[in-house]
Amino acid sequence: MILWIRDLSLTVRGALQTFGAVMIFLLDLFSRSPRTLVRRFPLVVAQVYNAGTLSLTIVMVSGFFVGMVLGLQGFDSLARFGAEDSLGAVAALSLFKELGPVITALLFAGRAGTAIASEIGLMRATDQLLAMEMMAVDPMDRVVTPRFLGGIIAMPLLVAIFNAIGITGTYLIGVSLMGVDSGVFWSQLHANVDLGDVIEGIVKSLIFGGAASLLAVYEGYTCIPSPEGVGRATTRTVVSSAVSVLVLDYLITSALI
Amino acid sequence: MLDTTEDYIVEIDHLGFARGERRIFDDLNIKIRRREITSIMGPSGTGKTTLLRMITGQLTPDEGTVRLNGLVVSELSRTKLYEMRREIGMLFQQGALLTDYDVFENVAFPLREHTDLPERLIRYVVLTKLHAVGLRGAARLLPSELSGGMARRVALARAIVMDPKLLIYDEPFSGLDPISTGVVVRLIRHMNDALGISSIVVSHDVNEITAVADRSYLIADGRVIASGSPQQLRADHSEFVQQFIHGMPDGPVPFHYPAADYSEQLLARVEE
Repeated sequence: MILWIRDLSLTVRGALQTFGAVMIFLLDLFSRSPRTLVRRFPLVVAQVYNAGTLSLTIVMVSGFFVGMVLGLQGFDSLARFGAEDSLGAVAALSLFKELGPVITALLFAGRAGTAIASEIGLMRATDQLLAMEMMAVDPMDRVVTPRFLGGIIAMPLLVAIFNAIGITGTYLIGVSLMGVDSGVFWSQLHANVDLGDVIEGIVKSLIFGGAASLLAVYEGYTCIPSPEGVGRATTRTVVSSAVSVLVLDYLITSALI
Repeated sequence: MLDTTEDYIVEIDHLGFARGERRIFDDLNIKIRRREITSIMGPSGTGKTTLLRMITGQLTPDEGTVRLNGLVVSELSRTKLYEMRREIGMLFQQGALLTDYDVFENVAFPLREHTDLPERLIRYVVLTKLHAVGLRGAARLLPSELSGGMARRVALARAIVMDPKLLIYDEPFSGLDPISTGVVVRLIRHMNDALGISSIVVSHDVNEITAVADRSYLIADGRVIASGSPQQLRADHSEFVQQFIHGMPDGPVPFHYPAADYSEQLLARVEE
């Protein structure tokens, strides 16, 4: 029993220490961000392109299928209440407020996040980060901060693409297959979705993007410089990003509702 | 001639350093003369790379000081430290080239980071440095397309592109074939003399070091065991120096890791 309590307290302490380290890392990144945006703007743009294109295909395909499933399930559920006309509005609200930011963030962590973590981890393992330091170039400025900012900027763009394609998927199923009137679909969507819903989605996607890229660069930068260490950092990136995104999603939603 | 600080680029005084329980350096004293090639030799695990990290300010000594150009490295602010590093070129064991960039961009990297030179001038400087290491023709290759020896030569070109005053080589010969080793030996000598800089070579390849170094330090057990010109080291009759220089498997550095008595251990009853 006492051993069990000791193990538990050690685990909790370890988790708190990691959390603290990640937060300090985040503050460091924030303090470097304005300078990086001004002085290394081309690098940030390159990273937006990198992170964005890496996840683009998977985000588009997933968005289309999520939208189509929403169309089927939404129509089926709404028809029970005779409310199938609201399909457009229901699908748009689900996508903009929840599914878009959350699923895109999970896909982003799996695709771009792991790529960033393993890239930085390999740079650490092959002494490239050390070599930069020896050339009087701070790798936090040159490598880490641009990737962090790139992720934050790329996420809302990816979410927008996910949402647009998702709505298209729902429209295809709802209107072409299930026979919802096209005009009703769009007018319901237009009437029931307001600016606040869209802003909620944008806020979420910025925060999720920040969390996913923070964890990716943190895991990569602090990984043990060995093949095994890089592998473990990549795995931890996916796991910790997924959990943080879902926890943050609950916290933000409960704060906004 | 009187020794003054002016004569030395690096002075290591009474250096002490421990990692956990293990003492790595204990009262280590080394002075590195300007315009000479100084080698630091020692068996694997004696902390040669740790020593380099102290000279370049990546690690702080527990006791004693490391001075570079008369300044105590561990007391420098971060800005001053980065300023100082611009005057040091360092060649890493495996080259540590940036894998995203081709050879040309790797060599151009410090110039792009630290200067606002026009593209034409960068091209000129990079091509001359690449020519000096014989790899002007490889400018557009990626690091993954280079052999180990070529990667190290590119790293050397990158190390000298900012015209440093001190060049540091960490195990420059490890894993190279005889021809590449010969090339690197020649380049180390050539760079030192042509650029009028000082060089530190950390290695345990005795023959190559003898061919290139003006002065050598042999360290073991955290202190300097012997120092002097390669000829003086060869003439040193202490057991350890002889074992190291001639590569004998047993001697002061024992072949066997400390263990219990051999026959006793073989015949002991195994506890089930």
